[in-house]
Amino acid sequence: MRFSGLKILREGLTGNKGWTKHWRDPEPKKEYDILIIGGGGHGLSTAYYLAENHGLRNIAVLEKGYLGGGNVGRNTTIVRANYFLPGNSEFYSHSLKLWENLENDLNYNVMHSQRGLINLFHSDGQRDAFARRGNAMINQGDDAILLDTEGVRDLIPYLDFEQVRFPIYGGLYHPRGGSARHDAVAWGYARGADTRGVDLIQNCEVTGIDISQGRVAGVQTTRGQISAKKVGIVVAGRSGQVAAMAGMRLPIESHVLQAFVTEGLKPCIDHVISFGMGHFYISQSDKGGLVFGGDLDFYASYAQRGNLPMKEHVMEAGMTLMPMIGKARVLRSWGGIMDMTPDGSPIIDKTDIEGLYIDCGWCYGGFKAVPASGYCFAHLLATDNHHEFASGFRLDRFKTGYGLIDEEGTGSQHNLH
Amino acid sequence: MRIPCPICGDRDRREFYYVGDAQIIDRPSPEASEDIWNDYLHNRDNPAGVTKDLWYHENGCNSWLVVTRNTTTHEVQHAELVTKLKGDGS
Repeated sequence: MRFSGLKILREGLTGNKGWTKHWRDPEPKKEYDILIIGGGGHGLSTAYYLAENHGLRNIAVLEKGYLGGGNVGRNTTIVRANYFLPGNSEFYSHSLKLWENLENDLNYNVMHSQRGLINLFHSDGQRDAFARRGNAMINQGDDAILLDTEGVRDLIPYLDFEQVRFPIYGGLYHPRGGSARHDAVAWGYARGADTRGVDLIQNCEVTGIDISQGRVAGVQTTRGQISAKKVGIVVAGRSGQVAAMAGMRLPIESHVLQAFVTEGLKPCIDHVISFGMGHFYISQSDKGGLVFGGDLDFYASYAQRGNLPMKEHVMEAGMTLMPMIGKARVLRSWGGIMDMTPDGSPIIDKTDIEGLYIDCGWCYGGFKAVPASGYCFAHLLATDNHHEFASGFRLDRFKTGYGLIDEEGTGSQHNLH
Repeated sequence: MRIPCPICGDRDRREFYYVGDAQIIDRPSPEASEDIWNDYLHNRDNPAGVTKDLWYHENGCNSWLVVTRNTTTHEVQHAELVTKLKGDGS
């Protein structure tokens, strides 16, 4: 079924009886060419691009719960390409280009909204750093505009510009940044993969990985054994547990990152605003809720909820930046589980076990990477070669120290990112 | 979340600095292989459940603690002084 404005009109006039399910609910087959463990954003986009770009069809995605029920449904939906370092820069640039065509490619409304992202700065030194970052973005072919205080005031006049601790000196404006409807991204990729013949198997938890003579042979699941020539692990948030089934220890520590949403309000925040000094960022959803978040709670956690000290910190930072939100009532808070790597950058690589591949370590930036991660991981699975845009995300960079991608310049060590 | 510091008693989590998995207190010898050092510095068991991690009582008695904690419930079970675990003076 193809979606279009005409289709919506016709269905609206005929009682909405013609809509069909977006994807099948197949029984797992005994054997596949490629198994993807994890039916989240990255796993589904990997399956989609395996079918779309590489013509592979005999693929299954195994999901222990329901599709898109993990981090892709629990994030704050920021899409941007404002990275600085080679390795990251070209990857996120590619991802943003995929975002810009995603609705056409998938025939699915993911509500991608390029409303512009503004990173605020508060000192001369920070201005220099942001000018440099902006130049790196422009060199990569993306867009960046350095705004002074008045430039920021024109766009978002409701900030507290003269606050004593962090007066606003300006901002780095990334007009092509924005947000998207997180669930729709998972659903769109799921539908696209299913249409191209991929089996999406839900309620199917992988309980073991079969390895024979250094080569992957398949997986054990709650719905029986499934054989496969290649297996891709795409389970950010649970990477350590699944990798352990293959006898691997990963350079990952799982942390909880909290997010918050207020009651629905009339449109007031038209952009995505990030206030790095307070570890605070905010946007307004299409339903009107203010969606905002802060920093990690900073202790290993799988709880999908955080503690009160970080909530308090985030609220304080929000009030420091824009006192006008003080009367908005917070409806919900939740936590996502982040695969934190030592250098703060992800991993898309082969493992030492032949036929076993891994895509993990997305730290707190996985959502915007969904298209390019799937695109590049599919390339690796299909061709055994790293895609040029993801060639830096190697698993062994921590061991060798060569090719670390330390975007924040703080060092390659757990608890620094 | 409160951490039962053996010296100060139950104290708010905000008084403590989190370092990471308690494996960090067992430092390999300088001559150990690259693999051993990589395991020590980077790789983690990262359990979903009971874990032991290293905390520093920064805004308290300045002691280093190994805290036994559940990563799925945030329940804090126990805290032990590193000096006690490793023997005084090490």
